[in-house]
Amino acid sequence: MSPFATLLLRDVKLAARSGGSAALALSFFALVATLMPLGIGADLRLLARVAAGVLWVGAVLAALLSLDRLFQGDYEDGSLDLIALAPLPLELTALAKIAAHWFSTGLPLTLLSPLLALMFNLPPTPTLVLFFSLLIGTPAVSAIGAIGASLTLSLKRGGLILPLLILPLLAPAVIFGAGAVSATMDGLGGQGALELLAAFSAAAVLLSPFAAAASVRLNLGG
Amino acid sequence: MNWLFRYANPHEFMRLSGAILPFMVIATALAFAVGLYLGFSVPPDYQQGTTVTLMFIHVPADVVAEMAYGVMAVCSLFSLVWRHPLSDTAARAAAPLGAIFTALGIVTGALWGKPMWGTYWAWDPRLTSFLLLLFLYFGYMALWNAIEDETRAARAAAILALVGVVNIPIIKFSVDWWNTLHQGESIVSGKIAPVYLAPLLIMMLAYVLLFFTLWMVRIRTAILERRATALMQRGAP
Repeated sequence: MSPFATLLLRDVKLAARSGGSAALALSFFALVATLMPLGIGADLRLLARVAAGVLWVGAVLAALLSLDRLFQGDYEDGSLDLIALAPLPLELTALAKIAAHWFSTGLPLTLLSPLLALMFNLPPTPTLVLFFSLLIGTPAVSAIGAIGASLTLSLKRGGLILPLLILPLLAPAVIFGAGAVSATMDGLGGQGALELLAAFSAAAVLLSPFAAAASVRLNLGG
Repeated sequence: MNWLFRYANPHEFMRLSGAILPFMVIATALAFAVGLYLGFSVPPDYQQGTTVTLMFIHVPADVVAEMAYGVMAVCSLFSLVWRHPLSDTAARAAAPLGAIFTALGIVTGALWGKPMWGTYWAWDPRLTSFLLLLFLYFGYMALWNAIEDETRAARAAAILALVGVVNIPIIKFSVDWWNTLHQGESIVSGKIAPVYLAPLLIMMLAYVLLFFTLWMVRIRTAILERRATALMQRGAP
């Protein structure tokens, strides 16, 4: 098995076995979706209108929960030093970590979203668009999140500052993701927004590993 | 580049900036005096009445708010590539100024929005992207404060600033796209009359001068502070 795949598999296993970050993220996501109607009322027409926005924001926040541990665990027990010494370039290490984070949070959140959309009375076609927008967009959350995680990896309470660093940068993902659903509901077609979201996501996944690797390097005392 | 790097030496910088500073202060005060006088003596706009005066304090604040991020990003690039400690100091000094100008732009925009749009806050693309810019400044400053080791903090903050610079145009674009999709908010657009143009340009100059003056003062303060700390650590009387 290639070093990249090994690292990816290791991180997915760690996420699944220690604390089950996927289960936590899913519960958080479902809870946000449960509290929201309690706050804004049970009018099904209103809920259908706000479903995409609520679920997108909920998914981003749920993905944030486990982000601060992306590099931190390995940093604290020293394995990050060894991983950095391995022949795999640090940029690819970062990419593997991003992929592992996506497999253990972004993907499960996406799979859960149709059920929550159903509870928000979202019609079938917009639900499908929401599903695809999350599928396309959540990798960007993991990728940009990895930059924040690597910048704060030496901090004891990095989890507090992380949202402040990356949430403004994630505004385009929320706008295009939820926008695609709204545009579909308004009969404008969500394809344009989905394409822009795909472009944003691709650029984020492609460029973030470089920024993340640079900040891991500086934190390892390079 | 060598001529530039000579002034990257804190000692040289202190000498040069100390000589320039009084002139900067005078120029800033003059530009503000002329700009404000002209700004308050313009005829009322046929549509906006006397509130058009707000433009002269609002638009320049927005311009400087964005320029400050550019200044910060250029300094960050210098700090990452050439590792000049002075550029770290300069980048750090620019952030709170940028945040204040951004906040000023948002507040004056809200005050202008009340008589014009009938509401303090509209989710207008420009206001929204400035709000996000404000949070980017906050994040940058928080990262600087959170990391104790100064060299590490400087580099982490520089990386964040450069990531932000790549992202800001995308954020602006997405916010524009978002708003035009949902509602056709028509900001009072159109060509600006020459009577308003002159005060506006002078006020822009005044704001830019103010930014650079304050920036210079902040860098000088940071250098002096570091010298004082060094003296204390050495145990000098």
